[in-house]
Amino acid sequence: MSTMHVAMTVNGKPVEADIEPRLLLIHFLREHLNLTGAHIGCDTTHCGACTVDLDGKSVKSCTVFAVQADGGKLLTIEGMAGADGKLHALQDAFREMHALQCGFCTPGMILRAHRLLQENPTPSEEEIRFGISGNLCRCTGYQNIVKAIQFAADRLQGRPLQEAAE
Amino acid sequence: MSDMTLSKEAREQKLEGIGCKRKRVEDVRFVQGKGNYVDDLKLPGTLYGDFARSPYAHARIKRIDATKAKALPGVVAVLTAAELKPLNLHYMPTLAGDVQAVLAEEKVLFQNQEVAFVIATDRYVAADAADLVEVEYEELPVVIDPFKAMAPDAPILREDIKDKTEGAHGKRKHPNHIFTWEIGDREATDIAFRKAQVQIKELISYQRVHPCPLETCQCVASFDKIRGELTVWGTFQAPHVIRTVASLISTIPEHKIHIIAPDIGGGFGNKVGAYPGYICAIVASIVTGQPVKWVEDRIENLSTTAFARDYHMTAEIAATEDGKVTALRVHVLADHGAFDACADPSKWPAGFFNIVTGSYDFPVAHVEVDGVYSNKAPGGVAYRCSFRVTEAAYCIERAMDILAQKLGMDPAELRLKNLIRREQFPYQSALGWEYDSGDYQVALERAMQAIGYRELREEQKARQAAFERGETRELMGIGVSFFTEIVGAGPSRNCDILGIAMFDSAEIRIHPTGSVIARLGTKSQGQGHETTYAQVIASELGLPASDITVEEGNTDTAPYGLGTYGSRSTPVSGAATAMAARKIRAKAQMIAAHQLEVHDDDLEWEVDRFKVKGNPERFKTMKEIAWAAYNRVPTGMEPGLEAVSYYDPPNMTYPFGAYICVVDVDVDTGATKVRRFYALDDCGTRINPMIIEGQIHGGLTEAFGIAMGQEIRYDENGNVVTASLMDYFLPTAVETPHWETDWTTTPSPHHPIGAKGVGESPNVGGVPCFANAVNDAFRFLGSTHIAMPHDHWRTWMVADTLGLHE
Repeated sequence: MSTMHVAMTVNGKPVEADIEPRLLLIHFLREHLNLTGAHIGCDTTHCGACTVDLDGKSVKSCTVFAVQADGGKLLTIEGMAGADGKLHALQDAFREMHALQCGFCTPGMILRAHRLLQENPTPSEEEIRFGISGNLCRCTGYQNIVKAIQFAADRLQGRPLQEAAE
Repeated sequence: MSDMTLSKEAREQKLEGIGCKRKRVEDVRFVQGKGNYVDDLKLPGTLYGDFARSPYAHARIKRIDATKAKALPGVVAVLTAAELKPLNLHYMPTLAGDVQAVLAEEKVLFQNQEVAFVIATDRYVAADAADLVEVEYEELPVVIDPFKAMAPDAPILREDIKDKTEGAHGKRKHPNHIFTWEIGDREATDIAFRKAQVQIKELISYQRVHPCPLETCQCVASFDKIRGELTVWGTFQAPHVIRTVASLISTIPEHKIHIIAPDIGGGFGNKVGAYPGYICAIVASIVTGQPVKWVEDRIENLSTTAFARDYHMTAEIAATEDGKVTALRVHVLADHGAFDACADPSKWPAGFFNIVTGSYDFPVAHVEVDGVYSNKAPGGVAYRCSFRVTEAAYCIERAMDILAQKLGMDPAELRLKNLIRREQFPYQSALGWEYDSGDYQVALERAMQAIGYRELREEQKARQAAFERGETRELMGIGVSFFTEIVGAGPSRNCDILGIAMFDSAEIRIHPTGSVIARLGTKSQGQGHETTYAQVIASELGLPASDITVEEGNTDTAPYGLGTYGSRSTPVSGAATAMAARKIRAKAQMIAAHQLEVHDDDLEWEVDRFKVKGNPERFKTMKEIAWAAYNRVPTGMEPGLEAVSYYDPPNMTYPFGAYICVVDVDVDTGATKVRRFYALDDCGTRINPMIIEGQIHGGLTEAFGIAMGQEIRYDENGNVVTASLMDYFLPTAVETPHWETDWTTTPSPHHPIGAKGVGESPNVGGVPCFANAVNDAFRFLGSTHIAMPHDHWRTWMVADTLGLHE
């Protein structure tokens, strides 16, 4: 099968490859770049386990061809921590608030929450629930995910922090 | 201040032991995307397997032609039943004593059944090639409605066993019949019904659903021809059982099979069983000499590997006029699909359904379960519950509400009147269980008070009056459920899987510096075992949880165990952990006595040390003892400090809870809004309250999904119509209610630390609570029972049938 040349920035690093046009972005990330943080959960764009950030928007990378990301700027869970290894406020908050259990949805959920807080730095509970409704979690019942996003938002805004998870 | 001189309380706190809301150690890797799930594994030379599947629910296979598939560049091999049959692997044994086709031979028996396995160098090519496998079918009539399975003229589904009149669980009455399972006192129950002042009877169906963990089932099989050894990484809730089964059916010696369950993206029962994909990947690796990866897609997951429920329960209760229950009778028609692949302990074809007397003091009861085959996917797993316990809880909790309606009593009052009383524990149930402990009245009264039950009933009355006056189009429902779980399978006298007793295990090794590695026979799928088992050890041994590594899932290193499902990890492996730690502490006491030059009886344990009675200045900490264990043990004692425990529980544990839910139902749209949900759980000793709360949130959310929308539905031709997330309901953050949680603590009297297990309770109690709430909204209009799932459309239909749209 013929290939196409793509070049993009992934977590701040330039990446180039010759790939099949039908290759999905999620497979490009997971299998060509060994970035296995994003997962595949449903194949139909419902679960959001594959969510990454492409040019400042949340995308479900199981429904984007890798060639569509040509020239783009990608952020994945592997790029969330600082260069010094310090965790992002959202990563800290998810642990602090017990916002994950099996961990399978977590990378997509954190990436989605990250974009949500870029779009709306002070979301209400309702706005958070709506904002993450494209990302499914089977373990937590979302309550602690909402708390974690609020916690991270407060920290990023320098507001006093809320109580930890029960 | 050093650890040596800190106060007792400060030292205790530093351990992060039992009762601590310890943050999870697992999270550090998960929040960075560094979990290690099966599909993350990349071995050099990996091939990819994909199935060609049947489009029909019941059809004869006339011809399979894989020529075109094999001709596609990148395709390495195609397996069909013809290739597996000489190896005697075209069928595999199920946990329920039946066999299941690995690849269909002469017939297909459900839609999407596995017909051929294509192996290619790339997963895209494997998928392409699966489409190129040509199969000629001759369609046959289907059995979809279980009530028609045993009709005299019903098509015979399982031709492979059609002449067998005896199944794994006794006589078969019809070629499509699997078993009849009976328990209780039929005669005494019949007498009680004849004498009954009041009785109710209702067909209560629990729809077919699927656990649908976010990660599907998958594996990588790698056969090393030189060593003759097989390694399989897979989504296994019970890795050791998989190893034993793999050895029995492949004839590879068990010591040459290595089963590794890495991080698992949720299980909820889906990952207990063995599936054709695992067998095919193993065979493919043996044939090709290369690692073979098989990863289900979501459609395959929802339509082939595991289902839950599909229980059709006719429940009858006999009672006195003043509301005292006198007998329970239940007949269940159980649809097991095309093969009986139920994941139950071997002697329990209907799981622990005989917990169906619930939390109530029934003097007599009788249960009969008939299992039948149909043209649906095999399975019958416990979706976030102990074996068939959710079905039982849904049955009795709906039936109690129906009885309350008949008696004109409040559902909570009826429950309070019939709950097993504290002084009756240990309680012998009419269907054979010994409930270990409970304090039910206190739990229900506390729940009623917390939510303001009586005020809510007043509000409901006012709302009903307003509705009748035409002032509102919204009804209000209050759901009450009281459940008793039965978990921690189980005692070897009555629980085994394929002959292996359902004990579980823990091995603890203390290193010279006082840090620890513990290995267990269970396997976390998100429950946080790495965090909580360490807390048990921390409390038992006085070593900080942060110095304890917990490992599971590698059958080479972990002691044999039966795995994680049925909330058994804490009741069984948690107990084994405490027992192994106590063996270590007993040895540590002797070492400490030797060092302190006193008799070991002169020492007492305090948090993290043995101290000389009456002379607290003289002590040895566990850390000091650990060092001594490797260089200064008493004469005649073996050096080292480690222990293993295989724990055979004396009884099950019986967590319980009282749940109350308030819903508002818009009769014009059928939309149901959960206004409040209050859950009081009693799981005995609480190891990590943060994790318990998290488990309850998650279990309630799954219960919400089941009660309000989930169904694996088949059309009349046997097409599965809900096999993707476009059609199968998983709640999002928007629909999911806010959860209010609470607890009481009644420790299990027979568990070493009093813990009972909790992960599945909220699903068991949650489903009937939601269902009772929706039913309660329509109760004053004369409706007695509305079947699940209570989605908007069905609820609108109920309102329509009741004439509310006229």
